[in-house]
Amino acid sequence: MLEIPVLRWGTPYESFDQQEVVHFETGEPLAKVHQANAGLVKMDMRKAQRARDLLREIPIPKLLEICKKAAELYMTAELPLGNGTQTPEEFCRIQSASTGMPEWMCASNMKKVSFVLEHMDEILDALTRGLPLDILTKGYGKEERGVMLSYQANSPVLGLVLPSNSPGVHTLWMPILPMQIGLVLKPGSSEPWTPYRMTEAFCQAGIPRECISVYPGPHDVGSTVTELCKRVMVFGGQQTIDKYKANPNVQAHGPGFSKILIGDDVVDQWEDYLDLIVDSIYLNGGRSCVNASGVWASRHTEEIADAIAKRLGPVGPTSMTDPEAPLAAFTMTGAAKAMNGQIEEGLKESGVTEVTEKYRDGDRLIEMERCDYLRPTIVHCDNPDATLANTEYMFPMASVVKCEQKDMLKKIGMTLVCSVFTEDQDWTQQLLDATQIDRLNIGPVKTNALNWLQPHEGNIVEFLFRARAFQNEPPAAH
Amino acid sequence: MTDNSNLDELVKQHQDILDAHTREHVQWHFNPETGSPYWLEKAKSFDFDPLTDVNCFEDLNKFPLFEDDELRGGPVDRWIPKALQGKPTYVFETGGTTGIPKSRVVIDDFRIDYENFSDTLPDEYFPKGANWLMLGPSGPRRLRLAVEHMAQHRGGISFCVDLDPRWVVKLIKKGKIDEVKEYSNHVIDQAMTILSAGHDIKCMFTTPKLLEALAMRLMDEGSSIEEAGIKGIFCGGTEFTQQWYRFAREELLGENVFITPTYGNTLMGLACGKPFDPADNYKITYYAPQPRAAIRVVDFDDHTKVVGYGETGRVKLFTMTKELFIPGFLERDEGEREEPHVKYPWDGVSGVRPFHKIASSTTVGVY
Repeated sequence: MLEIPVLRWGTPYESFDQQEVVHFETGEPLAKVHQANAGLVKMDMRKAQRARDLLREIPIPKLLEICKKAAELYMTAELPLGNGTQTPEEFCRIQSASTGMPEWMCASNMKKVSFVLEHMDEILDALTRGLPLDILTKGYGKEERGVMLSYQANSPVLGLVLPSNSPGVHTLWMPILPMQIGLVLKPGSSEPWTPYRMTEAFCQAGIPRECISVYPGPHDVGSTVTELCKRVMVFGGQQTIDKYKANPNVQAHGPGFSKILIGDDVVDQWEDYLDLIVDSIYLNGGRSCVNASGVWASRHTEEIADAIAKRLGPVGPTSMTDPEAPLAAFTMTGAAKAMNGQIEEGLKESGVTEVTEKYRDGDRLIEMERCDYLRPTIVHCDNPDATLANTEYMFPMASVVKCEQKDMLKKIGMTLVCSVFTEDQDWTQQLLDATQIDRLNIGPVKTNALNWLQPHEGNIVEFLFRARAFQNEPPAAH
Repeated sequence: MTDNSNLDELVKQHQDILDAHTREHVQWHFNPETGSPYWLEKAKSFDFDPLTDVNCFEDLNKFPLFEDDELRGGPVDRWIPKALQGKPTYVFETGGTTGIPKSRVVIDDFRIDYENFSDTLPDEYFPKGANWLMLGPSGPRRLRLAVEHMAQHRGGISFCVDLDPRWVVKLIKKGKIDEVKEYSNHVIDQAMTILSAGHDIKCMFTTPKLLEALAMRLMDEGSSIEEAGIKGIFCGGTEFTQQWYRFAREELLGENVFITPTYGNTLMGLACGKPFDPADNYKITYYAPQPRAAIRVVDFDDHTKVVGYGETGRVKLFTMTKELFIPGFLERDEGEREEPHVKYPWDGVSGVRPFHKIASSTTVGVY
């Protein structure tokens, strides 16, 4: 069996505490992962500056080349993992076995990670708005128009408290090393695979091993990473988001409540957008924060809901090796049942109807011996105040909400990705001004169609670097 | 061979001592002249007579399990044996939970427990006459008085820094992590001040978390526990794992500072850790202070059945002092049953951790 050590600035550490990662369907042990204790993290964080110092010795253009090489290794190489090795195929198989994501989705997430690494030069250029990258290394410098700029790293390392169930989010931390910031990774208990494989790929490509720590461990390891790293990304539910909303050191990622809004000017042609809507709800098993959980329109909502339901209602789970497996399993005991119960409660409210039921043979909740599934669910809400009008669950579920266009911006609440189908210029301006929307797509764009040259949930450069004034000569008299 | 037969002989001797101790203390606690109102009243509900039917330690299985909820609320003097009534009495609380606390009345037990424990400490690392730092909760707990008494018993003076774990629990529940950090810094600030004040402190009691915080503060200031003058630490009060033991010895303290784990509570007194042996791979094995208290590792489904050596079970506690009688109480912990040791020739327990069936609802100590 694979045995995977803690990595303390690249040095393997075998702990007395180990946790087995098991196959979600069979319970078969897949690997033994050594567990850090919080004290180890505290001890190591005292040397965090060393990670940045080492990275700053490597010019950023060279780091960008390393990223390309790492992308190739990640996608194609048989890489060491603990006391064994892992091919890309084995990676997908084991990731699927521990997370419940179908193997083809794991492969697809690998491609996303690799794409980001391959295009890191363009991504950094876009995210820094064309900043000469040596300014990040040196701390100051002049841009092309001759203006002095200074950027100061907020932290020598970025801490990441990663999730267990959503391999796609690992793309978010790929730009960190080329910005010469070290990595402190606390993997999710069921998904140690991406952090370890990515670490090995980076190091074989040329990143000094002393720049990355990987600390699998219990909750107090995650809270220590969050406490001690001056910049941290954490992944969790709404509770996590609320907990850290006032903490500028923490970027909390949770549910996205992503939505599609259809303008009055085009809603009579709603059928033209049906494929886009279905894909936005359904791709990646509906598991991502960028999957749409709401479709809002002022009319035709019953027909829209029915058309989506007709497509998604019959969908059910298949084998994890099925190249078209549509759904991911819920591997945490009771999670699917609890969500199902919440949905049933929401359906009791007046004006709220489940539309998928008539197209589905059987129940929404499928309980199996060691895992559960939730089948796609489309709900129609005849008013935007219904509880289910603004909820999000980790499977293909969306509410089609009837709402006057003039009221939509007042009612949608926080929305990570908002795709809006309209050519109404006045409304477009209002949408551009709406601060509750993070990523805005105006036009026929799926909510889950990400452009990596655009910031995702806040600009990582702004999170890691502080723009400040710097002078090395007296200013002109004025 | 000789060692094993010696150990076997020691084990037998100590079993005899335990049996005799059991008889003596059952007679004391159930005698209408000397027993406590609680046990004299409780005895009326038994289908056996403790005075005639309990003749050895094994006979304690005749008692129903002791429920620690019985310790919540008053009047607390129902627990005081009649023979001890009128003596100066303390009341100590257990745990860091809220609500009506569990209370235990104590007259001299805490002193006796810690004097006995003191005898197990190596003088090389806990020099007689040296001063102590007690860094942990005081308030209604026995720890401060107990450690202070031990320091005095060994000829030293104890300097105390308090920490209120109930306040920390409240802060954590409210998500006020910055305030937790600030409070922790406040506690460590005081410890640093005392250590820097020329009090010749060589010994310390503290908890794993506070030791971690103190050691790292000293490192941040270019010093260390050893350079601060500390030679010996006894450490307990919250979870003390094998992994943490190794981390403490290898990284926090260095090879010249001695640390010994303890496992104890207000009901039992203080269990001792098996002396450090590199061959154990930092495994922590505890031995109760027999015969005043005994622990047995029992079957999860049948608390009267002791599991085999090396097997896992729940920790069952027995306390028999003149002040307190507990004829079997299931702790909130589980672990593996361990063989007797020549220094402690009776059953031990290793790998102590929260009982798996209640672990998810247990609040792990914060101090």
